[in-house]
Amino acid sequence: MKPTKPALDVRALKMDFGGLRALDNIDLQIYHGEIVALIGPNGAGKTTFFNCITGMYEPTGGDMIINPVEREPVRINRLKPNVVTEHGLARTFQNIRLFHKMTVLENVMVARHCRTKAGIAGAIFRDPKTRKEEKEMVDFSYGLLDKVGLGQFVNELASELPYGAQRRLEIARAMATEPFLLLLDEPAAGMNPKETNELDRLIMRLRNEENISILLIEHDMKLVMSISDRIYVLDYGKMIAQGTPSEISEDPKVIKAYLGETFDA
Amino acid sequence: MAAKWRPLIDKITGEFTKSLLVSAWFMFLTFPLMVIKVRPLERTIEWRWMNLVYIGVGAFFLSFIWRYLMSRKDGGGSEEEGESWQKKAGLRIRTDKKIYLPGLAAVVAFIVIFPFIFSGYQTQIMISALMYVMLGLGLNIVVGLAGLLDLGYVAFYAVGAYCYALLNHHFGVPFWIALPLCGALAALFGILLGFPVLRLRGDYLAIVTLGFGEIIRLILENWNEFSFGPSGIAGISRPDFFGMELSLREHTIYLYFIIVMLVLFTILVVSRLRNSRIGRAWIALREDEVACQAMGIDKTKTKLTAFALGATWAGLVGCIFAAKTTFINPASFTFMESAIILSIVVLGGMGSIVGVMIGAFILILLPEYLRAFSEYRMLAFGAAMVLIMVFRPQGIISGIRQRYEFHRAGQPEGTR
Repeated sequence: MKPTKPALDVRALKMDFGGLRALDNIDLQIYHGEIVALIGPNGAGKTTFFNCITGMYEPTGGDMIINPVEREPVRINRLKPNVVTEHGLARTFQNIRLFHKMTVLENVMVARHCRTKAGIAGAIFRDPKTRKEEKEMVDFSYGLLDKVGLGQFVNELASELPYGAQRRLEIARAMATEPFLLLLDEPAAGMNPKETNELDRLIMRLRNEENISILLIEHDMKLVMSISDRIYVLDYGKMIAQGTPSEISEDPKVIKAYLGETFDA
Repeated sequence: MAAKWRPLIDKITGEFTKSLLVSAWFMFLTFPLMVIKVRPLERTIEWRWMNLVYIGVGAFFLSFIWRYLMSRKDGGGSEEEGESWQKKAGLRIRTDKKIYLPGLAAVVAFIVIFPFIFSGYQTQIMISALMYVMLGLGLNIVVGLAGLLDLGYVAFYAVGAYCYALLNHHFGVPFWIALPLCGALAALFGILLGFPVLRLRGDYLAIVTLGFGEIIRLILENWNEFSFGPSGIAGISRPDFFGMELSLREHTIYLYFIIVMLVLFTILVVSRLRNSRIGRAWIALREDEVACQAMGIDKTKTKLTAFALGATWAGLVGCIFAAKTTFINPASFTFMESAIILSIVVLGGMGSIVGVMIGAFILILLPEYLRAFSEYRMLAFGAAMVLIMVFRPQGIISGIRQRYEFHRAGQPEGTR
């Protein structure tokens, strides 16, 4: 059963870079528990859209409103990235951005930062409260890593992980901020079919077990079609279509955007 | 059999001819300087041909050794081996109590008896080396952990020194009361510097911090009413020991133990900070600023705490410096000092506590003990630095991260 209010409600979002309109009147809604995919050709503005939602860019117009479960709605325009994360949106990056010289466990522990409180005095004196918090942080992070299948790598440096594992670590790190909406930017990029399959199962499991919504950008159509509840299609900064996977795969506008103009004889 | 050795022989003859060329080139270059000696009074020219032979042979062997070491370094396999060997040795030293405890005991014993068995001069040198250990550890927070390249660190050192000197001069504030004030004031200046540079990183940050260091020095040099200008402040009190009269020698020993205690305190605090929530945020900031923010870390707060906590140590050392020399002037706080402290951090290994300590001892003690080489002192010092950077670009000891042992899911046990 869907609550009436969407988890993320984007209305008439605009983003201009100088004279270039990268996003033009974008409307997008994600309901609680949904997996929504955002697709489109290269340069369509998908990552720009992500950067707007997560506070890295300041959109030139429109509204972005989040409705976390059992909390007041928040308008997230003009909030800093770390504040957006605190409100419960977490993201991964298209080009993996792990903390390479930290261990796998520490990468996840860093993401617990905004859910913990220990200050300078706590760090120096290591009072019982800080120690308890630290232990809980380690336990929580280890549990998450175990869940994404990285339990045996805890003490490895992040840069020493195989590629597919780095992708999964990025997801675990984002999950550690306890989001209600997870934003995945091309999570399957560069993965082989076996790794993509595992990712498919991981995303489904996260949605079902952690009770979160997921918005993903992806080029792998097989993955998109198999896991998405709904799909939005973006082209040249405009939303050209939305619907279920079967609707999208037959939409002439989408086919045109992907394959180019067809000329009638 | 002969075919097997062929490539090696070829390589050696190749290196041989190359080294021969290098040596010939050096003989040619230094010929006017080392061989010809004109005596204008006697109107004679002395030809010192033996010098040419020395240079030739010396250059040849140095070049040969250099090439050998470089080829070993470039052979990827052997380096990997070296790394893992170092890692294993490091882990062994840290975990094996049989090695760790006696080693620690020996170090502690040496530190305690040091000022009693060596001369006052030696103790003075050791005090300045330990001061630089503290400075290095402080800058290590800013540069090594948070990745903010700070070329004006000496400014905080100056703030600490002048804080004690002025308080003592005008109000007769004793050392022990001034010490925490110096640390706090330096931290405040760290935040003051932090605010304008929040948006900067890398080269730009380095330039602005460099400017900040110069501003502080120029203010101290030119604002005569406040800081007594270039003539400095003299007659600063030494640390008092429960109101007892101490001789100069006793004062030196007393100061030595003060700085030893402070260094231990610094090590304790820095090592705890490094593996804390804040320390991890610093390292994350260094590794990837964008991802760090996206993971919910407040960039502003994290940077400011790094600047403030890094500056605190410089303030404390500044206070000690003023108490040690009893006289300070702006000439002690030039850019050269910042450069040396930064070299300590880079040479020792960014983010590593032991590395920074070793770096400080090398950079401060080496020039002192190289005084035997008189005018070649700085040459040898420079050569040592170049060699370390060529063969260990990551620093003498690279930073290590805390390891966690998991026996069962959810049963962690931190080990160092």
